[in-house]
Amino acid sequence: MNTSFDFEKPVADLQLQIEKVKQVAEKTKLDMTATIQELETKLELTKAEVYSNLSGWHQVQISRHPERPYTLQYIEMICDDFIEMHGDRTVKDDKAIVGGFGTLNGQTVMFIGHQKGLNTKMRQYRNFGMANPEGYRKALRLMKLAEKFNKPVVTLIDTPGAYPGLEAEERGQGEAIARNLLEMSVLQVPILCFVVGEGASGGALGIGIGDRVYMLEHTWYSVISPESCSSILWRSWDFKEKAADCLKLTAEDMYKNKLIDGIITEPLGGAHHDPAAMAETIKAKIIADLKKLRKLNIDQLVTERIEKFCAMGVVTE
Amino acid sequence: MAWFKREKKGIVTSTREKKEAPDGIWNKCPSCKKPLHYAEQVENNYVCHYCNHHLRVGSKEYFSILFDENGFIELFENIRSGDPLSFQDTKKYTDRLQENYLKTGLNDAIRAAHGKIEEQDIVVACMDFDFIGGSMGSVVGEKIARSIDYSIKHKIPFLMISKSGGARMMEAAFSLMQMAKTSAKLALLSKAKIPYISLLTDPTTGGVTASYAMLGDINISEPGALIGFAGPRVIKETIKKDLPKGFQTAEFVLEHGFLDFIVDRRHLKNRLSTFLKMMKN
Repeated sequence: MNTSFDFEKPVADLQLQIEKVKQVAEKTKLDMTATIQELETKLELTKAEVYSNLSGWHQVQISRHPERPYTLQYIEMICDDFIEMHGDRTVKDDKAIVGGFGTLNGQTVMFIGHQKGLNTKMRQYRNFGMANPEGYRKALRLMKLAEKFNKPVVTLIDTPGAYPGLEAEERGQGEAIARNLLEMSVLQVPILCFVVGEGASGGALGIGIGDRVYMLEHTWYSVISPESCSSILWRSWDFKEKAADCLKLTAEDMYKNKLIDGIITEPLGGAHHDPAAMAETIKAKIIADLKKLRKLNIDQLVTERIEKFCAMGVVTE
Repeated sequence: MAWFKREKKGIVTSTREKKEAPDGIWNKCPSCKKPLHYAEQVENNYVCHYCNHHLRVGSKEYFSILFDENGFIELFENIRSGDPLSFQDTKKYTDRLQENYLKTGLNDAIRAAHGKIEEQDIVVACMDFDFIGGSMGSVVGEKIARSIDYSIKHKIPFLMISKSGGARMMEAAFSLMQMAKTSAKLALLSKAKIPYISLLTDPTTGGVTASYAMLGDINISEPGALIGFAGPRVIKETIKKDLPKGFQTAEFVLEHGFLDFIVDRRHLKNRLSTFLKMMKN
């Protein structure tokens, strides 16, 4: 593990210790199996403890881990074949949202997701996963294509927000997201949504209306990032931990508040510890859900989708 | 040296003789700074008669401007916000709500009503900026959703008057989902082929722009209104450049193709009535 967080220090310390004992054992040819075993048991216990007591802010940190898998990596691991499609047919091809037809388990699925970059250059190329209006319009174009050929849609959400730029405003960022919300709520094919990293506000929701919406265990989803929330409500960037708690943005809280349909368990410590296993879990979920949803009448499915979102909100009378 | 010489020292008018203007009778136009008399404002539909600046007004004023003889039935009046997250920043959310109930006399940042515009039925939902910055939380979403249901049930056109800073942070993801909820309901309204007019007034930003405000069969606005997704300050910080003059004004948004027209508030009722007639005949 190259990058670890402060709260992971007990784990990192033990790993270092085990490494050292192993080196000593090799050098001195002494049998230290017992010590190593003892330390490894301790490591497992420590891991279990650390990762079961994560605060909102910890989850935000893990969701942004630079080694977490991103959309195209997931698609590659999930699909047997994949054809990426580009462009919104109006302005340009947005690099922060990718999509195309893929096959898994013998069926064709339209995959759409936010894409972040793996290194500094690629992060800029992908605009840090912040889409412009043409990204949302490309997504809608692909969803309409899927609808036309009766293929289900799977979206992977991972964005720090829709891009707040000058051209984005000129080209109607608000309208682009709004249009997606309306069209997705009545799309005539099943839609599955997975928050695989950051789920920030309208930028996430813009491809997030589905029959099933899931969050991976160590992700967050809310109306605003904890940093921005802190700067607006506390007028300082220093309250991000507190803001993360207040916003109830973890998968667990979102599920408790009935704003998502389920939580997908990640490999211990996060998806970046075992991307292949994570992809396998997501794949299994997609296959199982599509099997169920495909059996339902599409009108009923759309009605249930609309009713689900319309039931969200807490008011008194 | 002085061309004016004070002959009597001190203020000699007794307090009893002073004439005080009650609060709110006069106020200043925020644009040209000239004093405006309240009665004149009402008569001029809250538009400054010196510089044509459209003053920010709420549901009470819009209802009186639009509905025939100011007659309407208020809908879903008593819906108030819950506090699902027990939210607390520098203040408890529940305290903030209480303060706003007292300050504004409103139950949340929106009111809905059924009335007539030149004898044509219409359902109007209008946002109030004075209530926590016109922010959209569960109540705003719920009232819009129910207004749309009402429109569909009675086959009456729907007018949404937006005026909001965006989603309400104190309801976090619940606020976010109101975007999904209102847009889904609008899809049903559209399917029922009932006209939906979206009037975007100063200011309309954030999650409101990114949901119901931009989804009208026609999107219209008033002169000079601020309309955008991201706020100007955020954009300026992101691109690290000054923003062009007139950026994110209604005129700018019209020019870029996201509004159908801009209407002077004094002609608003008439233009709406014409559109409603066209849809009917």
